[in-house]
Amino acid sequence: MGKRVGMEVAIAAAEAVALCNIDVAAVYPITPQSHIAEHMADIVHDGRIDAEFITVESEHSAISACAGASAAGARAYTATSSQGLMLMHEILPIVSAMRLPVCMANANRAVSGPLNIWNDHSDIMPQRDSGWICLFTENGQEVIDLSIMSFKIAEDPEVMLPCVVNIDGFQLTHMIEPFELPSQAEVAKFLPPRKPFAQLHPDNPISMGCFAMPDTYAETVKAKDVALRGAKKVVTRVFADWAKRFGRKYNVVETYKAKDADTLMLTMGSMGETASAAVDEMRKAGRKVGLVKLRLWRPFPVEEFKAAVAGCKTLIVMDRALSTGGAGGPVATDVKSVLYGEKKKPRVLNVIAGLGGRDLAVRDFENMFDLASKKKDETFEFYGVRE
Amino acid sequence: MNPVQNFEIFAPKLVDRKEYFSSGHRACQGCGEVLALRHILKALGDDVVVANATGCMEIISSGYPQTAWEVPYVHVAFENAAAAASGVEAALKALRRKGRIADRYVKTIAVAGDGGTADIGLQALSGAMERGHDMIFFCLDNEAYMNTGIQRSSATPYMAATTTSPAGQAIPGQRTQKKNVPEIMVAHRVPYVATACPSYPLDLISKVKKAAAVKGPSYIHVFSMCPTGWRCASEITIKIGRLAVETGVFPLYEVERGKYRLTMEVPEKLRPVGDYLKLQGRFRHLTPSDIEKIQDQVNREWEILLNKVECLQPW
Ligand SMILES: Cc1ncc(C[n+]2csc(CCOP(=O)(O)OP(=O)(O)O)c2C)c(N)n1
Ligand code: SF4
Repeated sequence: MGKRVGMEVAIAAAEAVALCNIDVAAVYPITPQSHIAEHMADIVHDGRIDAEFITVESEHSAISACAGASAAGARAYTATSSQGLMLMHEILPIVSAMRLPVCMANANRAVSGPLNIWNDHSDIMPQRDSGWICLFTENGQEVIDLSIMSFKIAEDPEVMLPCVVNIDGFQLTHMIEPFELPSQAEVAKFLPPRKPFAQLHPDNPISMGCFAMPDTYAETVKAKDVALRGAKKVVTRVFADWAKRFGRKYNVVETYKAKDADTLMLTMGSMGETASAAVDEMRKAGRKVGLVKLRLWRPFPVEEFKAAVAGCKTLIVMDRALSTGGAGGPVATDVKSVLYGEKKKPRVLNVIAGLGGRDLAVRDFENMFDLASKKKDETFEFYGVRE
Repeated sequence: MNPVQNFEIFAPKLVDRKEYFSSGHRACQGCGEVLALRHILKALGDDVVVANATGCMEIISSGYPQTAWEVPYVHVAFENAAAAASGVEAALKALRRKGRIADRYVKTIAVAGDGGTADIGLQALSGAMERGHDMIFFCLDNEAYMNTGIQRSSATPYMAATTTSPAGQAIPGQRTQKKNVPEIMVAHRVPYVATACPSYPLDLISKVKKAAAVKGPSYIHVFSMCPTGWRCASEITIKIGRLAVETGVFPLYEVERGKYRLTMEVPEKLRPVGDYLKLQGRFRHLTPSDIEKIQDQVNREWEILLNKVECLQPW
């Protein structure tokens, strides 16, 4: 069995990755991810794992080095946040197109400007279409479990795609929490060393990252999409395997007191915990409300999401990012498209909240409920923004 | 004695007959970059992995589903050949140590154009060299961004006409001096830095072999003629490379642990730069006084180099 430990979540993320027999890590520090980079360095410098730690000169090189390492057959890892992720942006779709199972932690943080180091989801949203499997975590235990599972999912022969685990900056990364850290032996059984489909080596020379003319490019785009959609099945399978071995059960879409609810709230990431507390409070007051949480953001778990919201009248989507000048928050926009063709569908209301580290307490979720419930149309609304 | 003059005698002994870069690629006739690549790969042999930047050499060699590469090859993007190669090198090291690949030494090389080296790729290059990865970085310098249509780079020589430094009425071509990347690499304390040119294949090959023997970073700056971008006939490409060297426009030298050495015979007097410039359309607009200005610059740079050769000691 694993052991109960108490530690900071960012440190735990590094500890979890250290259990995964990684071969190469290339990490560049950025608040609030830095503790992951620092702790990875400690682990490697103390000789606790046998891996190459590349102290790259930028995030662009971090992800590029991971691409090279993964192409050579290594299990490669990186971690970043905000501007760092934006700097990686160019390379992200290349990594997925090359079908390289690189794994990454993203300590979610607002993007500049103005410069802001606190949490929201505006860093990951511009990467939404880059072909990466995209998971969100709610607490420290999930960070540990999903970090380990991410390699298993990414490297599955049916998937072979990179994976990002989102960890809300500060609100989650800097929490000190108790959790269970699996043992090295257990993880080794769950996650054997990577078996690459193809790798750069003179024993079998191949060319990777070739360019494609119009007669083949579209096929590669479709192939990536098919693989990414197919990854949902593998995610579910890996979650089930994890539950069997470690006793903690995960779903791609989680629900809380949702069955008989008229109104559901949708969240991603750490605000799910506060939102659950708000649901408890409102239930005490006799209101039929519940919660839906997306753990898997890409591929979008269409069927599971539809099942989770079936029967509710109103769906309030909490977005921690905005598509500036667009139709609202990226999650709400997606959700609306998914529901568009349904005969019976809830009214979708969208609240943009918690930007740049603005605190969201239980009371705020109750307020947002009231605000949204009063709305006549389905446009979006900022919460708590001074005029 | 210049070994190139006795090529027929020396070549079979000195040059691998095997081709690692196959014919049928899409490079222009007379392309100096592709010729350099062919020689480089011959010098390296089988046990090598190549990381290539976006640019002419990637586009002419890797159009899916074909490839001209007989050795393992990866292309990721334009500015990150050195970073991708860092990852490859680290992976090979880790996997070999862990017994997951054959326990055999494999050299990692990165190849980029002058844009992917001196401009957008300079940061990744600097990082990789500073970290001391066991790799050779090759800059195939054709003095402009050829792949996107002959735009100027920071390696474009003074007054050369390109599509973004045209020979206009007010401004006659490139306004700045060529960035000296080999010097930047020497300043990084890279143990082996060299310049080379495919017009001198044996010199190029022996430098590549020297670099390959270094366990650590090394850098070779290869002057690579481009008839398309330089607006000259494709059959004179080798001649132009020789003229660049004979005029002192591109001297051949190597720097071993800080010690400079000229690798060509030092002539009594350099040929006039006009001999080199007048064969190329990109310099067509130069006036005699422009050429004189360039001559002065070449003379000065040549003096600086000779001083280094004479005075600097290895560290
Ligand atoms: C980030 C980025 N910016 C611009 C480009 C467009 N681009 C592709 S190759 C190239 C120029 C390549 O020039 P160089 O490195 O000198 O190589 P050459 O083609 O001359 O061999 C440019 C500008 C790109 N691929 N990526
Ligand atoms: S444009 Fe120049 S560098 Fe590019 S393939 Fe043609 S000759 Fe070679």
